[in-house]
Amino acid sequence: MNHTGGYVADPRIRAIEWLPWAIALLCYFVAPTYLPLGSYVLTMIIFALSLDLILGYGGIITLGHSAYFGTGAYAAGILAARLTGEPLIGLLAGTLAAGLLGLITGLIILRTRGLALLMLTLAITSLCFEVANKATSWTGGADGLGGFTIQPILGLFKFDFLGKTAYVYCLVVLFACWWLVRRLVYSPFGASLTGVRENNVRMHAAGAPVYRRLVIAYTISAALAGLAGALLTQTTQFVGLKVLGFELSGELMVMLILGGFGRIYGAFVGPLVFLVAQDYLAKQFPEYWYFGIGAMLVLVVMFARGGILGIIDAIIARLRRTQS
Amino acid sequence: MRLKTSSLLAALALAAISGLAAAQTVKIGIITTYSGPGSAQGDQLDKGFKLYLKLNAGKLPPGVKVEPVFRDDTGANADAAKRLAQELIAREKVQFLTGVVWTPNAAAIAPLTAEAKVPFVSANAAGVSIPRISPYFARVSFTLWQSAYPLGQWAAKKFKRAYTVVSDFSPGHEAEEAFTKGFKEAGGEIVGSARVPMTATDFVPYMQRVKDAKPEVIFAFNPAGKQATAQMKAYADLDLNKAGIKYIGTGDITTDEELQNMGDAALGVMTVHHYSAAADRSANKAFVAAYKKEYGEKLNPGFMVVGAWDAMEMIFHAIREQNGKIDPDRTMQLIKNYKNPNSPRGPIQIDPETRDIMQNEYLREVRKVGGQLANVELETLGTLLKDPWKEFNKPK
Repeated sequence: MNHTGGYVADPRIRAIEWLPWAIALLCYFVAPTYLPLGSYVLTMIIFALSLDLILGYGGIITLGHSAYFGTGAYAAGILAARLTGEPLIGLLAGTLAAGLLGLITGLIILRTRGLALLMLTLAITSLCFEVANKATSWTGGADGLGGFTIQPILGLFKFDFLGKTAYVYCLVVLFACWWLVRRLVYSPFGASLTGVRENNVRMHAAGAPVYRRLVIAYTISAALAGLAGALLTQTTQFVGLKVLGFELSGELMVMLILGGFGRIYGAFVGPLVFLVAQDYLAKQFPEYWYFGIGAMLVLVVMFARGGILGIIDAIIARLRRTQS
Repeated sequence: MRLKTSSLLAALALAAISGLAAAQTVKIGIITTYSGPGSAQGDQLDKGFKLYLKLNAGKLPPGVKVEPVFRDDTGANADAAKRLAQELIAREKVQFLTGVVWTPNAAAIAPLTAEAKVPFVSANAAGVSIPRISPYFARVSFTLWQSAYPLGQWAAKKFKRAYTVVSDFSPGHEAEEAFTKGFKEAGGEIVGSARVPMTATDFVPYMQRVKDAKPEVIFAFNPAGKQATAQMKAYADLDLNKAGIKYIGTGDITTDEELQNMGDAALGVMTVHHYSAAADRSANKAFVAAYKKEYGEKLNPGFMVVGAWDAMEMIFHAIREQNGKIDPDRTMQLIKNYKNPNSPRGPIQIDPETRDIMQNEYLREVRKVGGQLANVELETLGTLLKDPWKEFNKPK
């Protein structure tokens, strides 16, 4: 598979990499009534980026990433309900809480690989889910945690009914995350992660501290997932148990694979296509829309293993061949 | 010639009037659950809305049309429900919101309706304090206090020791609290209480614990549907009925659409609720007949179908009174004074102070009627009962 990125690639930002941002800004002006959906898509892009870092680059297959998303979401929610509704502190709390959990769990589970690792990630999600389900006085249990208010951002921008503030807020946070992930991926650290993915044994033989690299990547990824969770909490002012469900982990992985993993922008395309399709289908066929989603996934898995970006790559390659 | 001109003018005028009137389309946003584990409940609401819309489209003023916009909230999923409501209000410009199976979803939507001034009629979500979130919220369904509190008072006359087993989420907590208060006030004693996780599938351990505590009666609450069946079967499997322990609860545990799946385990279970498909009122008979004609002879409408039906009836009333030109504040005025002496569940009205439903509560027993299990109404425990919780917890 043709993965872009890695240490060898040119780290300068290419012109086309500004395209998503231009589109995002355009949406703000062109489709003002779609902004709540837009905010959700942006949040999920951050979440997908965090998964891409460990799955696409580190080769860690996990079905438990919602543990960190949910931890961040609940941390931000509990903070807002108990102490302060200041959004930036909430983001920081969500990021740190999930990062800490990522570090602790990463230290344990990254000693294993393959199926054992997959099972452990599932187990951690189930544990977190049960804790949130049982600690009703803190989390609201099955009813969820709501009724808190999030203060205006920097004391200036109030969260409005149409979701304009929330959209711009999500966009700015996503930009920061993108910049960070991009820096990481194009650094020697990113190159060594790709090395671990491609040939674990060889990286060991080369004397690379594989375990430590993976733990660091896992922690950063968990922190980013927590950031996304906190963002969801703040823009919807509610946290439900679903944020810790492993359905969410599965859906996230589907989105990333749909977009194409291990290439940063797959994490942009996947959630966008998946969620917009879901939104559209759910509107056209409120009773049967899951069928459409299923059909779309079957087609992608059968005919486009590299995801949507993989298809685009293939088309470009073919055009080049016919030209030359 | 003159005749021709005047008739032409008349035709033009007519066309203009009907053209104007035809533009009067009222959009109703309906949020319910079509996918996920809660879709059985969502389906009940959906059937109620669609049945009403189909049979009553002609009962609007000439030229006024109703356009329902259906959305799937995928279950107890407050952030999705809130997003859908935002979009329905901002993009679809709906003038009413209704539906909503789940309390957290309704609680997340309610603040929006206050901000956007869109009347929101809950057809099911029963969380007792939701009406206080928004002055544009009204409820035609029920609160658990309405059924569990009078049940507690009634039960204390027959039994002295009760054990409560409820689902561990806010409606369950409300049912437990209401029953306990009613039961204790009338001199009963609660010997134990259990809260069962929403994800539970095995109720045998809980029923065993009840059996060991030897109460005279179990008060049960599960959200309408499969869980209620599983719990009742565990009760029968462990022979609690033979041990002399009676099974009672709110009508949620013997809903009409689920009752046939429960089998003989349900026989003799006593409940208090506002609606039974077996009720003898003529309005109900017509309603059940219409339902069976539309969806099949074997199906019975549950209380959620009636919730949806009455919600739509109330919305149609508000549309008629305003001739299709919806003003939110006038609508809320109409809703607050809404009365319907002939709902399938009996007389109902909206309490103008709390915007919550007032309705009769009936004591029922599960019996076999014509080979089918049915909730047979025995007596009326309260007429046009207000929500007791709001009476005990007046806003300061």
